[in-house]
Amino acid sequence: MAEVLVLAELDPAGGGVRKTTLEALTAARALGEPSAVVLGAPGTASGVRDQLAEYGAATVYVAESEDVDAYLVAPKAEVLAQLVSEKSPAAVVIPSSPEGKEIAARLAIKTGSGFLTDVTEIASDGTATQVAFAGATIVHSQVTVGTPIYTLRGNSVTPEPAPAAGTEQSVAVSISDAAKQVRVVERVVEQKSNRPELTEASIVVSGGRGVASAENFSIIEGLADSLGAAVGASRAAVDSGFYPHSFQVGQTGKTVSPNLYVAVGISGAIQHRAGMQTSKTIVAINKDPEAPIFELADFGVIGDLNTVVPAATEQINARK
Amino acid sequence: MNIVVLVKQVPDSGSERKLDPADNTVARASADNVINEMDEYAIEEALTIKEAQGGEVTVLTVGPDSATDAIRKALSMGADKAVHVVDDAIHGSCAVQTSAVIAAALQQMEYDLVLCGAEATDAQLSVMPALVAERLGIPQLSGARKVTIEGGAAKVERQTDGGFWALEAPLPAIISTWDTINEPRYPSFKGIMAAKKKPVETKSLADLGVDAGSVGLATATSKVLDFAGRPPKGEGVKVTDEGDGASKFVDYLASQKIV
Repeated sequence: MAEVLVLAELDPAGGGVRKTTLEALTAARALGEPSAVVLGAPGTASGVRDQLAEYGAATVYVAESEDVDAYLVAPKAEVLAQLVSEKSPAAVVIPSSPEGKEIAARLAIKTGSGFLTDVTEIASDGTATQVAFAGATIVHSQVTVGTPIYTLRGNSVTPEPAPAAGTEQSVAVSISDAAKQVRVVERVVEQKSNRPELTEASIVVSGGRGVASAENFSIIEGLADSLGAAVGASRAAVDSGFYPHSFQVGQTGKTVSPNLYVAVGISGAIQHRAGMQTSKTIVAINKDPEAPIFELADFGVIGDLNTVVPAATEQINARK
Repeated sequence: MNIVVLVKQVPDSGSERKLDPADNTVARASADNVINEMDEYAIEEALTIKEAQGGEVTVLTVGPDSATDAIRKALSMGADKAVHVVDDAIHGSCAVQTSAVIAAALQQMEYDLVLCGAEATDAQLSVMPALVAERLGIPQLSGARKVTIEGGAAKVERQTDGGFWALEAPLPAIISTWDTINEPRYPSFKGIMAAKKKPVETKSLADLGVDAGSVGLATATSKVLDFAGRPPKGEGVKVTDEGDGASKFVDYLASQKIV
């Protein structure tokens, strides 16, 4: 069977690989036999091989070097390009983070290939599904040149175990000077949270302008915590200073596609819809019965979020 | 400090956007076309750096004749001049091809710094800095929420999930700006009047030495096979809170086996 290279996205907090990697391994199986590629500082691969094997990696290529970690994006693209030229895979699948998309772009140039970003599905003939224009249009696309490179949008595919050998193969790494131009001086974590990461959470609770203040966002956080959800915010809420920008869902923020999206005090401007329209189930709570968010909602409550949300939180907690 | 800002004209993200069924490319003729809103942050950042350190800000746009409107907007904000690459052969190009055109244009310009927005709101790829950097062999500092230019080097805070990475690279470099980096200025009346007289140089693919056969729909590295509108959602359930809104909401979650 044809080999498909899957770039592992490591959990920055240190706990193995991110769920997006398991999704990518699952999606890659439509095209052939996945091999995982682990790129990072020495010691990176030891904690992740078993997980990659469980989700179908026949081979785990390990390229460990301080240089891979010390410089932005370019070294990873260089190692992947080397693997593509050695292994001639049928395709390359990369989780669709900002870094993942940039690696895909550089890899495309290095290997003379085409690439497709934020795909939500990959068919066995290589056709990818993408959503365009705020989720309003569904597109089928194909790469027509070189080795097809895909970046897979998080939460689009359900990870399914498919145990494979996971044979570790070490890859000699020698990073060129050209790929060592942008030094990562420091990685700073500003918000430590016990909540799931926004783009990979299965439930997201977001607040909008209707939340009315930064303090009042505790209502949103309370509901999120009762559901084990991530917290998001609309652009209006972020622009008003209610919540930090890194939690913004929408055209100029994060795109999320959870099983359940709860929009609280969000009118549903196209800006916002762009970031959440592909959620599987959408619930809206808003006092304005005419709010466009209700057009998207599977279930809507017309009411004051200040009474409905705390009461719901209490009831959900009581059910535990 | 010579700064080039990459500016794209896109269909307004606030209005309905479509693909053209004739060739599956973005329907630009029927759209309300505007400057990519994310590019305004890059223009603002370029103007701020110029105001502090001196130099010149040049806008570089690849796009049809109508893209002049986006160029004028950038000039009215305060950019000094523009290069507009126009060629019918470019229509339908993929990002890989477009990056070759941009790189060829940049090679004919003098620059210390290339700035662009975090993404174009039509295609939402966020890859142009990576593509251009790869082609030109210059450093890529993308996703900047803060930029410092000092002593021939660029320092950038790259926005990440829950924090940032501090990056450092020598100039010349390409930087993309996040939309938290600044507050783009509105063009003044004086700026709008002045923009009409600022030089806009038009270049064809031949001027850039790019083979017309290497760009455009026919040789794109990926193609759209078909597209369709998202199937409309079934009518949802809507309840009005009369003291029971919370319990109806929780019952709904229970019916979906969420709680």
